[in-house]
Amino acid sequence: MSAGGNGSTRSTLPPEPVSMREAARKAARDALPWALVTLGLCFPIILLRTEQDLSNRIVLNVRPFLTLGLVLAVFLGRFLWLLAAHLPRPKAPAFPRLDLAANGARWFPYVGLAALFLFPFLSLALAGPSGAIKWVDNFGVQILIYVMLGWGLNIVVGLAGLLDLGYVAFYAVGAYTYAIIATYVIPATLPVLGPWAFWICLPLAGLLAALWGVILGFPVLRLRGDYLAIVTLAFGEIIRLVLINWVALTNGPSGIQTPRITFFGLPFTSPNGGTTVGSLLGLPGTPTVHRSIFLYYVILALALLVAAVTQRMRRLPVGRAWEALREDEIACRSLGLNTVNTKLTAFAMGALFGGLAGAFFGARQGFVSPKSFEFLESATILAIVVLGGMGSLVGVAIAAIVVIGGIELLRELDWMKSIFGEDFDPGQYRMLIFGLAMVVVMIWRPRGLMSARQPSIVLHDGKAIAGAHVKEGHG
Amino acid sequence: MRWLSDPLLVVEGLTMRFGGLVAVRDLSFSVGRGDITALIGPNGAGKTTVFNCITGFYKPTSGLMALSTDGAVDPDAVAALTASSRRYALREDAPDADGLFLLERMPDFEIAQKAHVARTFQNIRLFPGMTVLENLIVAQHNRLMRASGWSLLGLVGAASYRDAEREAVERACFWLDRIGLLARADDAAGSLPYGDQRRLEIARAMCTGPVLLCLDEPAAGLNPKETAALNGLLRAIRDEHATSILLIEHDMSVVMEISDHVIVIEYGLRISDGTPDSVSNDPKVVAAYLGVEDDEVAIAEAEAGL
Repeated sequence: MSAGGNGSTRSTLPPEPVSMREAARKAARDALPWALVTLGLCFPIILLRTEQDLSNRIVLNVRPFLTLGLVLAVFLGRFLWLLAAHLPRPKAPAFPRLDLAANGARWFPYVGLAALFLFPFLSLALAGPSGAIKWVDNFGVQILIYVMLGWGLNIVVGLAGLLDLGYVAFYAVGAYTYAIIATYVIPATLPVLGPWAFWICLPLAGLLAALWGVILGFPVLRLRGDYLAIVTLAFGEIIRLVLINWVALTNGPSGIQTPRITFFGLPFTSPNGGTTVGSLLGLPGTPTVHRSIFLYYVILALALLVAAVTQRMRRLPVGRAWEALREDEIACRSLGLNTVNTKLTAFAMGALFGGLAGAFFGARQGFVSPKSFEFLESATILAIVVLGGMGSLVGVAIAAIVVIGGIELLRELDWMKSIFGEDFDPGQYRMLIFGLAMVVVMIWRPRGLMSARQPSIVLHDGKAIAGAHVKEGHG
Repeated sequence: MRWLSDPLLVVEGLTMRFGGLVAVRDLSFSVGRGDITALIGPNGAGKTTVFNCITGFYKPTSGLMALSTDGAVDPDAVAALTASSRRYALREDAPDADGLFLLERMPDFEIAQKAHVARTFQNIRLFPGMTVLENLIVAQHNRLMRASGWSLLGLVGAASYRDAEREAVERACFWLDRIGLLARADDAAGSLPYGDQRRLEIARAMCTGPVLLCLDEPAAGLNPKETAALNGLLRAIRDEHATSILLIEHDMSVVMEISDHVIVIEYGLRISDGTPDSVSNDPKVVAAYLGVEDDEVAIAEAEAGL
């Protein structure tokens, strides 16, 4: 629909001085085909609509005003957009700059950290004990799980430049490690350890996932780009299918009911009136609130551990080797870097963090099933990494907040009913709006929210490297 | 004539076949320790293929490539090592030990890591999104990896790793100073002008501490002033750093001015080998580069009955 859309609005040259009347005429001429195309599109899907009436007959519902409104809206939108290019514009860049780190905003991580630590109490104070569960659990914990997953995948995709479409497999390995050991193994062998199940399983889940990372790494060492992506995708599906079909171990599609997390051995709820965290410490509120807040701080600690280890590794030879691998694998080999080991450590570290997040997921959910580990999860995590700017921890965290928080916020679209009428179901448009938002963000910042790269070592003065120089890896 | 008396690298019967195409055919030559050796020839002669074989990026179809960091290549030792199934024989059990290496058996990264052969590329291969300094630190990966206890010591912030990293930065600064890029240490390597990128790639290769430095057309795209500076740099590397140089070059002013030894190949075959003077007067070389006189063609055609 870009008839006459000669890109004058994006041109770096100032628009030629034309009279406002001339500009308006040109804009109207340009906007007309847009309106006509809209009309054509609206005709079958908006103007004519079939509905069942009370006696189950199909009746035709013609909606001329809605159609006309949409056509007018598109026409006016295009018209004003073109006209705006002729108005005198301020010198400032059209879009706000988001390179926080590049602009010397070193305070950002600290303010962010403080906000993260205070978040549960802020929501308690603002929403009350019953309202706080939604904010702490649905938003806080959910987002932090994805922050951690994003940071884990960031090592493989963002630093080492290896495109992994099956990352959810390691998440699943971690969750099932917890589910199987905590539900079956510990009660059968050492039931006294029962309350500690999560803390025992957490390192085991990480190690097992790392092992699977290496197992995946070996066959894909020689693959690059699209081929690597396809094989990792297949790996994710294989793990999921094994979980569905190995019923004896995993209970198949019905999943496993797992024990809930305890406060270092002390339960949050006790069916027979035993000591709980709430009764021992005399806390106000329900056990669910206590558990949500505890879960929040556990996942926050895990995520910060991932961030700290990643930051440290970036300054070690292994981390620099990951980034060098992303930049140029052949040059790496010419300098004596063992690229096999480099790739395997990247896969193992990424998988380790995915496994830790998985064990947490199992303990938080109280139930694991193959349904939670579908390809869409891998795609969401990858979208977070790409949207955040590959390699940037702050960027990935912001992207996780935007993506996961955005999807959750879009559940609350009831206000749209006041515009589109009572029979409008905003839930149906949730993913559509979200997808559109992603497209807009990627047009606005094609290399992610934080595209600049921070050097791992500085001689004179540290400055970020423009994203344009940084390679994306070849898989 | 050090390539005969004290050879660092001996190549014998090197053949590289790509399907039906024979890029290098039964090529033999030696590289002298402390020499600048030039490998020249017309386009498509197989020079870069020879480089890729020596540095392990291609596995040669057949042939022997023996490199000794421990005195001249000894034919008896090479024969003994070839008969064994080993890839190399070190004098002592240490990571950077001297020894005898059979390059045709070693993977590319091991040739750089153990045999200390470094190389540059015809189309520059820096890490463009990393800083100039980071490029030189990555080149010292193996030394730093050992100092960081394969990351475990480094992860807990051990002093031994911090010392090793400081040493690595000092070595990087030495080379940055040498190529005049110290002021740009924190800039992205991809943001440097072309000539600086060429010099940085050489500095990066030198940071691996090589005994043999293979340069694929280091003067390509440089202006005369930069070329003169390059000549000075290469001479300094040879004279001050116990590093021998093997280079591919089309710029004859570079080849004739700084080389100690010139090998000419055409269609994968060696057509001349000797000092720059002897090679430049070799009629076969003149014919390969300039072609032959018309009357010589007429004589050849008459002989062929055309």
